[in-house]
Amino acid sequence: MTWSEMQPLLEQACWDTLYMVGWSTLIAVVGGLPLGILLVLTDRGGLLQNLVANKVIGQVVNIARSLPFIILMVALMTFTRWITGTTIGVEAAIVPLAVGAIPFFARLVETAVREVDHGLVEAVQAMGGNTWTVVRKVLVPESLPSLISSTTTTVVALIGYSAMAGTVGAGGLGDIAIRYGYQRFETGLMWITVAILAVVISLIQFAGDYAARSLHRRGAHAGPAPKLRLLKAAS
Amino acid sequence: MPLCPGTPTPAHSTVTETHVITTTGLTKVYRSRGREVTALDGVDLHVREGEVYGVIGQSGAGKSSLIRCVNLLERPTSGTVTVAGQDLTALAGRGPRAGKELRQARSRIGMVFQHFNLLSSRTVQDNVELPLEILGKSGKERSRKALELLDLVGLADKAGAYPAQLSGGQKQRVGIARALAGDPKVLLSDEATSALDPETTRSILALLRDLNRQLGLTVLLITHEMDVVKSVCDSAALMENGRIVESGTVSELLATPGSELAAALFPLDGEASGEDRTVVDVTFQGESATQPVISQLARTYNIDISILGAAIDTVGGLQVGRMRIELPGRYEDNVVPIGFLREQGLQIDVLGHESVLVKEGAK
Repeated sequence: MTWSEMQPLLEQACWDTLYMVGWSTLIAVVGGLPLGILLVLTDRGGLLQNLVANKVIGQVVNIARSLPFIILMVALMTFTRWITGTTIGVEAAIVPLAVGAIPFFARLVETAVREVDHGLVEAVQAMGGNTWTVVRKVLVPESLPSLISSTTTTVVALIGYSAMAGTVGAGGLGDIAIRYGYQRFETGLMWITVAILAVVISLIQFAGDYAARSLHRRGAHAGPAPKLRLLKAAS
Repeated sequence: MPLCPGTPTPAHSTVTETHVITTTGLTKVYRSRGREVTALDGVDLHVREGEVYGVIGQSGAGKSSLIRCVNLLERPTSGTVTVAGQDLTALAGRGPRAGKELRQARSRIGMVFQHFNLLSSRTVQDNVELPLEILGKSGKERSRKALELLDLVGLADKAGAYPAQLSGGQKQRVGIARALAGDPKVLLSDEATSALDPETTRSILALLRDLNRQLGLTVLLITHEMDVVKSVCDSAALMENGRIVESGTVSELLATPGSELAAALFPLDGEASGEDRTVVDVTFQGESATQPVISQLARTYNIDISILGAAIDTVGGLQVGRMRIELPGRYEDNVVPIGFLREQGLQIDVLGHESVLVKEGAK
């Protein structure tokens, strides 16, 4: 395979990956953030303590997380068709990617939000703030550096998952590596894809860490800023 | 040691007889895994308008539960809390969430914390603006008020800094400015100086005192440090095992024979030098502090008096002197001279005769 043959393939794959990962990250954040916060709020001693709801949400999140992505993708086909009208292509891949990433991100959000000092929550309550004020003015802003790190981790994980999206014909870099590189023995193309993936992931990790660190430095409350992890492989 | 006290500072300049915080029969029981812990056991607290009221006790005595019950951060198990004429326990509503009325009432009660509890993601000014945001004030009004308050606590130049860039004392000043943003009548201070070094503690206490004077702000503070009570409080209460065991204005406490708080506020040492001696603690307050009673006593009754220990200090803005003296002979031999001292308007505690004193103190 010559470079002129590879180039359009790679270009298309890059865009597909970006498109899938971008949308699914957005959905994961929009869905996972409230879910993660709810996990904290409904827990014992939380502002909206509701142990039944907490158990239910926790279990749903656990089940969704324990399914291998490829199984999730197949299991969700009916749902995907209902949402996008099709089960193949990039749009169809976004649905299982997002569904898989929401509980993943929610758990990370939960951990981040739990780290927020309860004294701050109490201070806002003492000022007359309600639960929504606590979420908006304390929990989210105070855990923002961790939330950004969590988003970075989610994006990297999604790039990994998206390699499997090729099985529903969604394309993307991972798909190219498998179909051309592995199945057709185009070793050169495979290594180029791997290199592109490594660079993309490094860049994302770097940008995420940089953002988290600069916020952290400003707030600089407890502990050292998260370290740069330049070459964290896609999981 | 100066025996002639300077002009006493007016102690109760802002204090009125109206009670601004009242708790009656306040009880708080924590239940966890079938075990019950009683943190508050029928606490009746009366804080007068404009005073600085200190609740002192060891950790675990229930003082933290008490102050957090005043603005209902902790829901009391039973009893009532009234702040500025409003029964907060009646506003509480059901469930752990605070209703709208309770939240409004809370916004009129300022609170400062041991660990400051400033938002690290906001600048100093934005931290002070936070309660105003909750009150729904406009941006312009918020920044005007915040800058005014920062000026009041002496941090006008730190408005744009982040809490991480401040020292402990500065953080607590921001905490105080923030607590004042809602123009509260009452300020609750939850061990506000316990995380600070002695010098910073003094400056923060002086600030609280100034605010109390300037704004007529009522301050309810809890602490485990006697020095805090000594330097700023008009009144104090001692808590043990969830109960208030002693309370009153500082001068009342000092005038109460056998008062643990008075003894702790003003410790005296000195042992009797022999069996047939009477040891007497003499407490001077205000006017009586200036009279030459000891030399009068020696001349009138022709007895030799040894001074075992003595100190003069300012407690809650009152000049107070305390002296431990020794008279020759047993208590029975010294009834007349001790009577003389009592007539001079001094408070007399005879060591080893507490039962007699408590009876006399009670009448």
